[in-house]
Amino acid sequence: MFVLIPLFPLLGAAVNGLLGIRFFSRRAVGATAVGAVGLSFAAAVAALAGLLRSAEPVLVKTFFTWIPASVVRTAGGKAVPFALDFAFRYDSLAAVMTLVVTGVGLLIHVYSVGYMAHDRSYARFFAYMNLFTFAMLILVLGANLAVMFIGWEGVGLCSYLLIGFWFTKDAAADAGKKAFITNRVGDFGFLLGTGLLLFALGTIDIAGITAAVEGGGLATGTATAAALLLFLGATGKSAQIPLYTWLPDAMEGPTPVSALIHAATMVTAGVYMVARLHALFSFSGTALTVVALTGAITAVYAATMAFVQTDIKRVLAYSTISQIGYMFMGLGVGAYAAGIFHLMTHAFFKSLLFLAAGSVIHALSGEQDMRNMGGLRKRVPRTYLVFLVGALAISGIPGLSGFFSKDEILASAYASGHYLVWGLGLAGAAMTAFYMFRLIFLTFHGEERLAPDAGRHLHESPPVMLVPLQVLAGLAVVGGYVGLPRVLGGGAWFARFLETSTGAHESHLAAGTEVLLMIVSVGASLAAIYAAWTIYVKRRGEPARRLAGKFKTVYRVVSRKYFVDEAYSRIFVGGVIAAGRAADWFDRRVIDGLVDGAAGLARRVSRLTILFDDGVVDGAVNGVGRIHLAASSLLRRLQTGYVYNYALAVVLGAALIITLVITVF
Amino acid sequence: MIPIEAVVGLGLLIFTVGLAGVLVRKNLVVMLMSLELLLNGVNIILAGLGRHLKSPRGSIFALFVIIIAVSEAAVGFALVLAYFRHKKSYDTDVLSDLKG
Repeated sequence: MFVLIPLFPLLGAAVNGLLGIRFFSRRAVGATAVGAVGLSFAAAVAALAGLLRSAEPVLVKTFFTWIPASVVRTAGGKAVPFALDFAFRYDSLAAVMTLVVTGVGLLIHVYSVGYMAHDRSYARFFAYMNLFTFAMLILVLGANLAVMFIGWEGVGLCSYLLIGFWFTKDAAADAGKKAFITNRVGDFGFLLGTGLLLFALGTIDIAGITAAVEGGGLATGTATAAALLLFLGATGKSAQIPLYTWLPDAMEGPTPVSALIHAATMVTAGVYMVARLHALFSFSGTALTVVALTGAITAVYAATMAFVQTDIKRVLAYSTISQIGYMFMGLGVGAYAAGIFHLMTHAFFKSLLFLAAGSVIHALSGEQDMRNMGGLRKRVPRTYLVFLVGALAISGIPGLSGFFSKDEILASAYASGHYLVWGLGLAGAAMTAFYMFRLIFLTFHGEERLAPDAGRHLHESPPVMLVPLQVLAGLAVVGGYVGLPRVLGGGAWFARFLETSTGAHESHLAAGTEVLLMIVSVGASLAAIYAAWTIYVKRRGEPARRLAGKFKTVYRVVSRKYFVDEAYSRIFVGGVIAAGRAADWFDRRVIDGLVDGAAGLARRVSRLTILFDDGVVDGAVNGVGRIHLAASSLLRRLQTGYVYNYALAVVLGAALIITLVITVF
Repeated sequence: MIPIEAVVGLGLLIFTVGLAGVLVRKNLVVMLMSLELLLNGVNIILAGLGRHLKSPRGSIFALFVIIIAVSEAAVGFALVLAYFRHKKSYDTDVLSDLKG
C-alpha cells in the first residue's frame, strides 16, 4: 500500500508539467495537483492502518536491483558482498513522516489554489509542488542512503525551482541559487558520510547499518566521523549553524512554498535523517553531543535575529531555524521520538503561521513589512484568530501542541544531564514567545500604518485559503495530544509508536521535577509575552526604539544578521574568486610562461643559428672577397697609369734579365 | 778606317740618349722619337760589329730592325694621334687612365 504514496504526486507532476502548462484550465490544474496529493494522503492513511494491523514492525518493498551483487573491500581488508536495491522501507517513523508530508502538503496545496489564483505560471507552480512532494516521499521512504539521497537531492532541486519561482525578480533568482549552493555543501558531507559507511561497513542499507553498529562492527572514531559528515548534510538541509544563511533569503519564494518546504517538510529532512540513523548517532556519543549543542546554539542564535526583523516572513524564517534547532536538541540528548514529535507539531503550527502570514500579505496586496501594518485585527479577524492560535502553540502555552513537544524536549535535555542545552532551550522558548508576540502586536494591534494603496483593496481571504488555515489551527491545538506525557495523565503514545524505529527512550525524571520544569518554561514564555505586550502595545514600541538607540552597535550587528552573510561571501565566495585569480595567474605566468618560454628558447636558439650563419658562413664568403679587396687595393698602387713608370719597369726588367743571362751563362 | 770602339761608343751614346728620353720626357711624341733613337743606337752597333767581323749578318739584322721600327712608328703614331683626339693632350701626366 505504501508504495502508492509517492506514485500519485509523481503522476500529478508529470501530468501538470507535461500537459497542464499548455492544455489545462486553471481549475483542471488545481484539481489534478490537489487530487494527487489527496490520493497520496489517503494512501498514507491506508498504509498506516496496514502497518498497525501487520505483525511486522518494518515493511520493505524492493523494486529492482540497482547495483547487482559485487564485492567491496572494507577498511579492515575484509571482502564483503555488496548489492544495492532500489527499495522502500515503511515503519512507524516513515508512517509519521508520510502523514505529515502528505497531510500538511494537501492543506497547503488547497491553500495555493486560492493564493496563486492570479499567477501566470499556475500549472508550473503546481507541477513543481507535486514534484517536491514526490521527492520528499522518496527521501522519507528510502530504505538505504542511496535511495534517500535521490530524494535528498530532489527536494533540493525543487526548493531551488520554487524559491526562484518568480525568477524574473533578481532577489528570488539569487536566493534560489544561494539555497542550492549552500545545500550542495551539506550534500557533499552527506555523500562523504555515505561513502565512509560503505567503506567501513560494506553496506549503506539502513537496516544493515543499524545491525552492524549494534553488533559492534564499527570503530567509535569511524562512527563519529561518519555521523558528523552526515550531520553536515543535515545542517545544510535543515538550515542549522553553519549552513543556515540560505533559509531567510528563501522567503523570496511564494508563501505556500515557504510553508511547505521551508517550514513543514524539507527543512526537517535533516532531523528525519538523524532519527533514521539513530543507532549510528547514539553509538558515537561525540556526534550526539555535537548535534545537541548545534541545535541549542542555533535555537538561541536564530531567535536573536528574529527580534529585529521587520519582514513578517523573515521573522518566521528565523523562527523555523530556531525551532529546528529544538528538534536537533531533542535528538542530541537521545530523545529521538521527542525530536520527531516536535517536527510534527512544528509542521502544523509553522505552516499555519506561514499560511496565515501569506493571508495577511495577500490581503495587503503583497506588503510584507510589519512597519506598514498594524491594527489588522479588525480588518482580517479570521486570519488574526488562526495566527493567534499558531503563535500560542509555538510559544508553548499549555493545552496546545507546541507545549507538549517542546516540554518533552526540554525535559529530556534536563534528564540527560545536559543542563547547558536545557538552559539554552529554556532561553530559546522565552525568546520565541517574545518575537512571536512582537510580530502579532506589530501586525494586528496598535494603529494602522498602511500604505494608502494597500488599504483600499484590504479584504479577508477567500474560503479556499481560510479553510486549510482553520484545519491547521485545529491540528495545532490537538496535534500534541497524541504525545500526552504520562505525568499529565497521557500515555506518551507517540513515543511508544516510534519505539520500533527510533528505539526506546526512558526518562528518569521524577513526576514532580517534570511538572516543575513545565511550570518554569511556561512561566518564562508568559513573562516574555507580557514583556512583548508592555513594549509593543502599552508603550507603542517606544522602549524598543530607545534600546535600539542606546545599543546602536549591538542593534546594527544583530539586524545585519551578525554579518555572517558578509563573512561567508568574503571568505568562501571571495576565496573561490581568489583561487580563480591564483589559477588564472598560474595559467598565465607558469603554463603560458612555459609555452612562451619554449617558443622564446627556440627563437633564441635560431638567433644563435642566424649569428652562425651570418657570422661564420657568410663571414667566410665575405672574408674571401674582402681579402681579395684588401690585396688588390695594395697591388693596384703598382698600376700608376704613368707611361714612364711602365717604361722604367721595362728597362729595369730587361736589365735584370740581361744581367742574369750574362752572369749565369 | 773608323775604329770599332768609336762606332760602339757612338751607338751606346745614342742608345743612352734615347733611353733617357723615353724615361724622362713627358711628351708622347718625343718619347716615340726617343724610341727611334734607341733602336737606331742598336742599329749602329749591329752594322758596325758586322763590318768589324766581316759578316753580313749584322747589317741584315739592322735592316730587320729598321723595318720593324717603321711599323712600330706607324702603329705608335696612329695610337698617339687617336689618343690626342680624345684627350687633347700629349702629356703623360694627364694621360693616366690606366691608374689602378
